[in-house]
Formats: sequence, structure tokens, C-alpha cells
Amino acid sequence: MTTMKQKQHEAITEEFKERMDYDELMNCMRCGFCLPSCPTYGETGQKEAASPRGRIALMKAVVDGGKAPDEDFERQLNLCLGCRACEPACPSGVKYGHLLEEARDILNKHKKHSLPVKVLRYSVFSGLFPFQNRMRNVNGMLWLYQQSGVQKVVQKTKVLNLLPGNLATMEKILPVVPSPKEMKHRPTHIKPEGQVKKKVAFFSGCLMDTMFMKTNDATLFLLEKAGCEIVIPEAQNCCGALHAHSGEKEQARQLAKRNIEAFERAEVDYIISNAGGCGALLIEYDHLLKDEPDWHNRAQAFSKKVKDISAVLLEVGLPRMKLPEQTITYQDSCHLRNVMNAGGPPRQLLQMIEGIQYKEMKNSDRCCGSAGVYNMIQPEMSTQIIDEKMSDVKVTEATTIVTANPGCLLQMKLGVEREGLTNTVRSVHIVDLLAEAVQYGEE
Amino acid sequence: MLDKLVKQKLISIVGKDNFFDSEEDLVVYSYDATPNFQAMPDAVIRPRQTKEIQEIVKICNEFKVPIVPRGSGTNLCAGTCPLEGGIVLLFTHMNNILEIDEENLTVTVQPGVITLDLINAVEEKGLFYPPDPSSMKISTIGGNINENSGGLRGLKYGVTRDYVMGLEVVLPNGEVIRTGGKLAKDVAGYDFTRLMVGSEGTLGVITEAILKLIPIPETKKTMLALFDNLEGAGAAVQSIISNKIIPATLEFLDQGTLEVVEDFAKIGLPTEVGAVLLIEQDGPREIVERDMKKMAEICEQSHALSIQVAQTVEEGLALTTARRAALSALARKKPTTILEDATVPRSKIAEMVQAINEIAQKYEVEICTFGHAGDGNLHPTCMTDARDVDEIHRVEEAFAEIFAKAIDLGGTITGEHGVGVMKSPYLAWKLGEEGVSAMKTLKFAFDPHNIMNPGKMFAKETKKRVVVQK
Repeated sequence: MTTMKQKQHEAITEEFKERMDYDELMNCMRCGFCLPSCPTYGETGQKEAASPRGRIALMKAVVDGGKAPDEDFERQLNLCLGCRACEPACPSGVKYGHLLEEARDILNKHKKHSLPVKVLRYSVFSGLFPFQNRMRNVNGMLWLYQQSGVQKVVQKTKVLNLLPGNLATMEKILPVVPSPKEMKHRPTHIKPEGQVKKKVAFFSGCLMDTMFMKTNDATLFLLEKAGCEIVIPEAQNCCGALHAHSGEKEQARQLAKRNIEAFERAEVDYIISNAGGCGALLIEYDHLLKDEPDWHNRAQAFSKKVKDISAVLLEVGLPRMKLPEQTITYQDSCHLRNVMNAGGPPRQLLQMIEGIQYKEMKNSDRCCGSAGVYNMIQPEMSTQIIDEKMSDVKVTEATTIVTANPGCLLQMKLGVEREGLTNTVRSVHIVDLLAEAVQYGEE
Repeated sequence: MLDKLVKQKLISIVGKDNFFDSEEDLVVYSYDATPNFQAMPDAVIRPRQTKEIQEIVKICNEFKVPIVPRGSGTNLCAGTCPLEGGIVLLFTHMNNILEIDEENLTVTVQPGVITLDLINAVEEKGLFYPPDPSSMKISTIGGNINENSGGLRGLKYGVTRDYVMGLEVVLPNGEVIRTGGKLAKDVAGYDFTRLMVGSEGTLGVITEAILKLIPIPETKKTMLALFDNLEGAGAAVQSIISNKIIPATLEFLDQGTLEVVEDFAKIGLPTEVGAVLLIEQDGPREIVERDMKKMAEICEQSHALSIQVAQTVEEGLALTTARRAALSALARKKPTTILEDATVPRSKIAEMVQAINEIAQKYEVEICTFGHAGDGNLHPTCMTDARDVDEIHRVEEAFAEIFAKAIDLGGTITGEHGVGVMKSPYLAWKLGEEGVSAMKTLKFAFDPHNIMNPGKMFAKETKKRVVVQK
């Protein structure tokens, strides 16, 4: 047994030596400037191993042969939220996210998953997310569950409380999904009335175009109001972020290539994303495909055009926005802020809405603990983080929490539900709120 | 590896939740911010109170286990690298501000308090703790005291040493002593407070500190003066000081440093000029206005290309914050960044800067220089690659010559980063063998078994003195 494990460790070490970017590992000069920005460093009572500097030192130690890639090592990398708040904090410019992704990919490759986990990973990563029709089918089932009355019965029996972690609460806060019919007939080309200010392509996303379809509709509404001609390439698919962050890089690359093909035919000024998590991967397709000469240039051209919806709306301009009196606060999408470098535009847009009071919350730039599927696989740390977040929200006395990514949105709803504030505090995607404000402003 | 018995005893003191010896924990406490130094401890321990530290120290003294106290591991002399193994002592449980005394203007803290948290806490009460090392957002007060950290405000306000009034220290024999107190005057016996400050964890474990506070200055202004080259900036610094103005901050950055800092901070720093001076003055409004005007004039007379005054407090803060990132930002250029902090009398700044440039050329190494120009504390930083053995050798030679030159000019080998391991081979250059020997006598009087941070401060061998060619 031990020798088997040793062999596995040796194989992983070998692959670490081959694949990890040693220059990038060396680029960390261990100044520690990242420490205060790291949520897990703070939450663990300042444990160095749970910090970016610590994790990089561990990765480097594995490459150098000074440390076995054992369970501790894997646990530590899994504990990382991947929020990448350490990157803007790093004066040396270390690309921690890239190191983490590569390390996770190597570990996953050598991981002997149990059969159920294997089946689950395969069906989710390979069978579900890459196929938009299947995403629609799953959401269709959810729709049936929500609409048929089954959900009410299930919730009454509290049978879901048997589920681990926050899964029972998660079920409650899922948005009401659109019907299968609505999901099927999506627009592909929209021309605004009057002059065309910009021609854009919309990256509709897999989850965004099903479960969060209303937010996509609001996005198109706003872009049209702002005077954008919008192309929505039909051949696009999931961005691959979940794959890339979960050690399925090859899958992510396949998805990226299909998206590049789908979008490069549309001659547009921008490719627009309305989910920070997706946008951050789209903008890094060039890195994802850096070792594929046939694709690298095409990926660069693609990534250069990617912009978040808020940045575009701010640039192109929206009509007057107004809302009934309320206090609004904003929770950053980590990847929008730390990778797309676009924490400013959402705040600027929100402050342009008449009638509201905008209040910045303490630590608004700190991850909410959603982090892709993190809240499902690391429920303990995730819950600790979201509960702390809610105490910061409460201080602002905001009745509306705005986010810019579906995962963060659900996490906010989860936090609000845990605090028992569902009747007084609402969580919305920024696009939905802006659309509401434009409509209200027109009335 | 720790003796089984020792491990058991240590766990019985702090509990198994505060004792770590997995491979993972040993790796992540094997380094600090000093390049090219790494050594594994045998265990990491997280005490909760002074009494526990006393018991830990007693056991370590009995079994001759090295103790390395560690704050946040940001130091730059390998002072917290556990060279000889042993235990790394963490202060993450002992991180409370115990009291802010507004009548005596003191603050009492545990060693694990983050420097910036302390600064913010006292500023809320209208008080001021001036020492502000660039790592203050990360570093701990315990670390600052042990290293006698400086900072950007050192010129006008002094360094950590000038603000430590009293300490609680666990000595290597396990006894606890209290030095000094909330006293402006106190000559009862030897000044152990001063001895402990900057002792780099070699004499005992600091477990509590009473720090001096002063009223917060009424206002502050920041400006940048742009120069053709570092020598020009250096001349302006000398001129400002000799005109009897003491600004709060007087920093300089050369072009190479400006480029990387701007690359990181993106605040519109001038990257096309040879050097800039970052100047700050604080105090009563009229005095600040007067001094800033005067310093601007002096810079102009010293052939400054232009002068830019920060229009808002935020703008000024962005400039100083960017300056604090200088060292780490330089790591963008090359994989390994080796920083020194040779310090000379202020009147020798221009001469020292010129010497650094010549030495860099002579050894064909790339050196960027920034630093606390106003107090003569320079940070020549070499961008290199630890894998290039030949170049690393040349870097070492270059730095040896820089130290020698600094000493020739009446300066020192380290202004604020400490001796640690990195500069221990040069200590005798500054102190003479007699000086080192006197310090060793003192060290062994306190710590006969040499358990406190062994391998630091005193090198096995002094490096052969470089003869500086004139």
C-alpha cells in the first residue's frame, strides 16, 4: 500500500517538475504582501500553509523534491477559494491562479476517484456543461420540480435537511427557472432602434442562459437601450471555468476552442460577459491555449475583445436610471475584480441610479465563499466566510445586495436565508437592478 | 526531529491544536522574505500566553532545542529562518491591543498585533505611532521590535527603538522580566529595553510591549520632485537637510524602480525620468505649507525637472503606498531579488549613490536603488537569478564592496533590516572583532545554551574585508 502511494507521489512529483512554471514559482519573493488579502489565511487564524505565499512554497517544495504531494498538500490546495485576491495585492505580479490551476490539474489527473465520484465528475464536466441542450433539459426538470408542486411538498417534509452542508438551504434559494419552451427560443441577433454605437457579441453562458435566463434578457435589454447591435452566436458553449478550476484543463481547452470558433466569425467590438466567473476565463483563453501554436493567436484575438457588461454599459452610456428609495451595497465578484480588473464600473453604475443610497460595505472585495463549486465541496469554510460577510452587510443596513456573478448571487441569497432576512433583504444581479432602474426611470 | 519526550511535553503545554510538525507545516515555516535562505524547523508551536512561553522556553533550555520567534515572516535578513532547526514560535494567538492609555500616551500590545492595525487603532483616538516599515500591513509589532524596524517616517520621527518604553520578556532560563514602563524618565539599572529592541530574537522572547504615542499631526502634504538622475536627487536631499528642514518623509526611487512600481500600482508615476524624490511634510498647516514651498524651491535650485504636488490626501497616500511596494515590485524583473540596506550619513548620500552605480558596472550586475534618502538609508536591490551561480557570486562581491564603501563613508552594513544570517559575515567590519566579541559575551550571559535563534547575528567566520579601490 505504502509503496503504491509512494509510486503515485513520485509520478505526481515528476509531472510537477515537468509542468509547473518554475519561473513563476521563483517570481514569488515571499514578501508576504498577499497575506492580508487571503480569506483562508485570515479564517484559519493566520496559518501560513493556508496563504498564497505558503501554497506557492508548498508547490515549489514539491517541484524541488523537498515535499511529497500527499493528502495534506492536496487538502491545502483544495482549501484555496481560487478568488485570486492575492494577485492584485502582489507587487511582483505572480500569477497565482495559473499555478493553482496547473497544480490542481496534475493532482486530479493522478487522483483515483471512487466510482460514484468518477461517474458524477464525468457526467457533470463531460456530459452536462458542454452541451447547452442538456443544460436546458436539466433546468427543465428543475422547472417541473418547482412548478408541479413537488417542491412545496418536499420543503414541507424537510426531508432535504438530511443533506450535508447547506444543500437544503441551497435548494430553497434557487431562482424560479424559466420553462423549457422559453429556454428554447433565444434571440440570435438584435438591432437597436436608432444609431448603432457599438457592435457587440454576447457570451450567454450555460447557466446564465438557463437558470438565470431573466438576467440574460435584462442584459440584452440594457445593451439595446445603450445603442448596441448584439450578435449572439448560436454555436457558443460553456466557458469552461468550472472545468479549469476543478483540474479538468483539457476539457476547458476544448470548450475554449469551440467558443473561439463561434465568436471569431462575428466581427464585433466587444465580446460581452455578464458573469465575472466566465469573463475571467474568457479573458485568459490566451493563457489557457498558450501551448497550442495553432490556437494561441486566435485565443489572443478573442481575449482582447472580452469585456464585462458593466464596463461596456459605462462606456456606451445608459438612459436615466431611477429607483424607489433604498440602500444598496455591492459585493465584488472576485474574478471580475481580481482577474478582469473591473471592480470599478459596477460601483460607478450603481451610484448613477437616482433615488438610492449607495453604501460600500467593509471587505466588499473579499470572496463570499461561493467560489464556483467551493460552497458545495468545502461547506465548513464557505459557511464561515458567508456568515462573516453577512455581518458586514448588516452594518450597511442595505436592503439590496448587488453582485455580478451567478455563484455570488446564490451565495448572497444563501447568507440572507441563513440570517433569516429573506423578507427584508434582496440579492440581485447588477444587470437585473440596472434594467429595473432604466424601466423605472422611463415611467 | 524533536525528541519524543520533548514533543510530548510541548503538547502538554499548548495542546495538540497548537503544535504542528507535519511536513506541510515545516515547509511553510522554513523561510521568510530573504532570498536564498530556507531551513526546516522540527516543529511549529502557537502559545496562547506568556506563561506557556515560559514553560516552552524552560523545556527548550533543558533539552537544548533552538527557538525561533516569528511574526509574519517578512524580514529581510533571514532572521526568522530556522537555520538550526528547533521550534518556530508563532504569536497568532497573542495578538491583542491590551490598552491605549490616553493619559500617558502609551499603547500596550501583545507581540502578534499587526503593525497597521495598531497604527489605525491609535489614530482613531487622535494619536500617532510613527514607525511604518513598508511591510506594516503584514508585519507584527513583535517582529518590528526584534528587528528594530525603520520606515518611511524615520527621518523625522525615528524608528521602532524610539517608541518602545517597556517590555515583558521571557529570558532563556524561563524567567520573566519587565523592563522600563510608562515612564518618560527611568534610569533604574541597565537599559534592557534598548538592548532587547533589535536583538533579533537572540536574547529572549518578547511577550508584551508598552509603546510611546504622540499626538497625530494636524495635516500632511505630499509631493514628487523629478530629476535627471539619482545623483541629482541625492544632492537635493543634502541641500534640504542642510537648509534645516526635516520632512516627515524623503524617499527616492531611481528609474528602474519607478518603472516596476508603476507597472504594479498604475497611479501615473513618471517613468521617463532618472529619479524622483517623494517628499512629505506633516504638522501644523502653516508650517507644512512653508516647508513644502521651501523644499520645492530647493529642488528647483538642484535642477529638478519638475515638481508635482499631490492634490488630495488620497493621492498622497497612493504615492507612499506605491513606494512601499518597491522591493516586491522589483521582483517583476528577475526571479531573484536581493536587497540590501547599507546606510550612510545623510551628507554622503550622493557619493554613496554614485559608488553603487560604479560597483554595479564593475561587477556587471543590475542594481536598482531606492530608499529612505532623508536618513541615509539606501536600498540597492539586485535583480538576479539564484540559478545563475556565476552571477550570484558577482552579486555577493558587489554587495561586499557596497558594505565596505558604506563603512568607509562612516555608515553601516544595515540600517533597518537587521543582521540575521545574511549580514553576519560582515558584522565585524562595522564593529570590529572586539565589538563582536563583547556582544557575544553578552549573548552567552543571557543564553548560555545558545537556544535563542541560533546562527543569527554571529557568523562562524567573518568575510574577508574588501579593499575599496579609490
